[in-house]
Amino acid sequence: MLTFIARRLLIAIPTLLLVSVFVFTLQKLLPGDPALVLAGEERDPEVLAFIREKYRLNDPIFYQYAYWLGGLVQGDLGVSLRTNQPVLQLILDKLPVTIQLAVMAMIIAMVIGIPAGILSAVKKGSPVDYIANFVALSGLSIPNFWLGIMLILLVSVELGWLPASGYASPFEDPARSFQTMIMPAFVLGTALAATLMRHTRSAMLGVLKADYVRTARAKGLGERVVILKHAFRNALLPIVTLGALLFGELLAGAVLTEQIFTIPGFGKLIVDAVFTRDYAVVQGVVLCTAAGFILMNLIADVLYFLLNPRMRATL
Amino acid sequence: MRQSLLAALLLSASALIALPAAAADLRIGLQEDPDVLDPDQSRTFVGRIVYASLCDKLVDITPDLEIVPMLATAWSWSEDGTVLTMDLRDGVTFHDGTAFDAEAVKVNIERSKGLPESRRKSEVQSIESVEVTGPMQVKITLAQPDATLLAQLADRAGMMVSPTAASAAGADFGSNPVCSGPFAFKERVQQDRIVLTRFADYWNADAIHFDSVTFLPIPDTTVRLANLRSGDLDMLERLAATDAASVKEDTGLVYADAVSLGYQGITINVDNGERGNNPFGNDPRLRQAFELTLDRDAINQVVFEGVFAPGNQPFPPTSPWYDKETPIPARDIAKAKELMKEAGHETFELEVQVANNPVQTQLMQVVQSMAAEAGFVVKLKSMEFASLLADQTAGNYQASQVGWSGRTDPDGNIHQFMTCKGGINDSKYCNPEVDALLDKARTSNDIATRKASYDAARKILAKDLPIIYLYHQTWIWALDGKVEGFVPYPDGMIRLQNVKFKS
Repeated sequence: MLTFIARRLLIAIPTLLLVSVFVFTLQKLLPGDPALVLAGEERDPEVLAFIREKYRLNDPIFYQYAYWLGGLVQGDLGVSLRTNQPVLQLILDKLPVTIQLAVMAMIIAMVIGIPAGILSAVKKGSPVDYIANFVALSGLSIPNFWLGIMLILLVSVELGWLPASGYASPFEDPARSFQTMIMPAFVLGTALAATLMRHTRSAMLGVLKADYVRTARAKGLGERVVILKHAFRNALLPIVTLGALLFGELLAGAVLTEQIFTIPGFGKLIVDAVFTRDYAVVQGVVLCTAAGFILMNLIADVLYFLLNPRMRATL
Repeated sequence: MRQSLLAALLLSASALIALPAAAADLRIGLQEDPDVLDPDQSRTFVGRIVYASLCDKLVDITPDLEIVPMLATAWSWSEDGTVLTMDLRDGVTFHDGTAFDAEAVKVNIERSKGLPESRRKSEVQSIESVEVTGPMQVKITLAQPDATLLAQLADRAGMMVSPTAASAAGADFGSNPVCSGPFAFKERVQQDRIVLTRFADYWNADAIHFDSVTFLPIPDTTVRLANLRSGDLDMLERLAATDAASVKEDTGLVYADAVSLGYQGITINVDNGERGNNPFGNDPRLRQAFELTLDRDAINQVVFEGVFAPGNQPFPPTSPWYDKETPIPARDIAKAKELMKEAGHETFELEVQVANNPVQTQLMQVVQSMAAEAGFVVKLKSMEFASLLADQTAGNYQASQVGWSGRTDPDGNIHQFMTCKGGINDSKYCNPEVDALLDKARTSNDIATRKASYDAARKILAKDLPIIYLYHQTWIWALDGKVEGFVPYPDGMIRLQNVKFKS
């Protein structure tokens, strides 16, 4: 098991390197000059020259990359061109915000999506199934930003129950943190719940047809035990993979949701960075996100082992 | 149980008593997150809104753009306009306790000129030296007369930062700015909030009625307004023109506006590289024809609900510098067609680049359909702003829809765009006659002489049209009904002097 994890982590290094080369080249292909954006409206030639010099924008791209990589090996991700803050600092500031949002959204998604999926599979063809499917489809098709704005107008402006937007750290003010996060988490969560519900449903349908489920029923086990202990545990594998990937996606930044609810997270960070051609920040965030995805994949694999005794035997 | 109940009662009672004395915090919604908070390094409009509460300037402006005392109480020009002597306010201290004096002014101007990261260099370029002529008097010597200098000192170049803090922090000053304004810096969370607290020793403390100000960047205009309506904000800046009517109708809100100092227009590539060499760049008659197809009032009504100010000059019609002899031309399709024929074209294909946001795109679609009636086939090239800017600077464009945020002194809206060597002359328009007139306007301190020069230059530019001006944005603020005393300024700033919550 440990060797498996170690091997996977080692394979991650070349992957990350490849990602960084990719992002670096793609960024340089983007039209637009960071110095022009940063120099201000007046675009004073002296200022332009200073910026290009300071951030090595005049050096050949290969040197720029080598320089960046050199810093990375020493744990230095460079400084933001826009704010002069260390990129690592920015990432460490924003990551907890996004993780909090992602965890809350994931919980909401699982609480809604998985039971709904099981229910609609078990009651396939019944009104419950149709209603669940309809709700899931709506969840998938309603754009996040629209739902977000509607919720703000209803819950904050009309009813005055929750703050319309903003952010508070859970360590400073847990109550306010929860109040500001619950709406965006709900918006994200419902969309994910829809995906989770659909996948749970199809996985359950497949499993419910299996022989061992029939055997379990024939043994005279109660329906609840059959569904939850025998069917659902086996249907769980693809759901875990999906959940982990969805979570990785959430970490990559729920760009629109963060924008609407003005949450200072990863999504806002990268969008602003791309628009101002803040190369160092884009580079750092993408690398971090890629690492996050690899990690989530690994976690999914480890969960497989825990959930499926047969796979444990192969080790 | 009874004890805890009693305690709770007491607590809530004391909370009630404390309520009237509770800290008055003003919460302001901004459209963007400001950049670095160092007046010498910053470059965004939104940053200046924060400075209005944080950093006092040598001089300020009135809503009518007159220069009035702030940290400098009086000033005079030498006969030849090359020496500016300023008397400074006594008893002013910076937020860190450092005293404000002539030495501090000298350090500040030298910082604007000398800090490698400074974005103010071009604004204080004319200053050759600063001399301390008394504890509270400085003599600023210029290389050549510069009529724009006072207006520059009424903005970021004139903001005084604490010399102690500046020399300690160097280029990192922005992470903990120390100035002498009514509020002192407390904390900032990137993309979330900037908090300032009342500065007890402010020289004009009687005019300040809040204990703290919190600036919250909320980019989405709908969400910003929702925050105001739900009571999470007390005021916001840059309300969308399309929301103006609903705010005016809302009895719980107050609407305020002021025509900005800036403009939006279409910059035409006249001679910027190879792409300037096309009939539209070469023949002013085609550009005149294009302008004649436009109904600027209709554009304002359709795209901006009539809230903005139509215009045809770098200065808005409300400005004292507006040339009344070249008013906005009326739409005239027949004349436009005639001019096109003279230039040898039945139809003409034109590519205009435009920033990919909904408002500017809608604007250009209206222009596109208006111009089509005279035979212009306008192709819109929608671009992300950084790319648009890069192409425009490099001359890789035929026409480009861009604007300018505006400066207090008229020079800032015209000189650098229209003179042969102007720093932001992306048209590469060059006319020695215009150069001479604009240079003259820049060096004279006599308002009548300056106005005459600008008017003369405008007459030429109205025919040559390197930029076809379209409209002037209006700054719109929305405030909670409980806020009173706010005065809108054409520079779009929020000055908190004499603003308070109704008691």
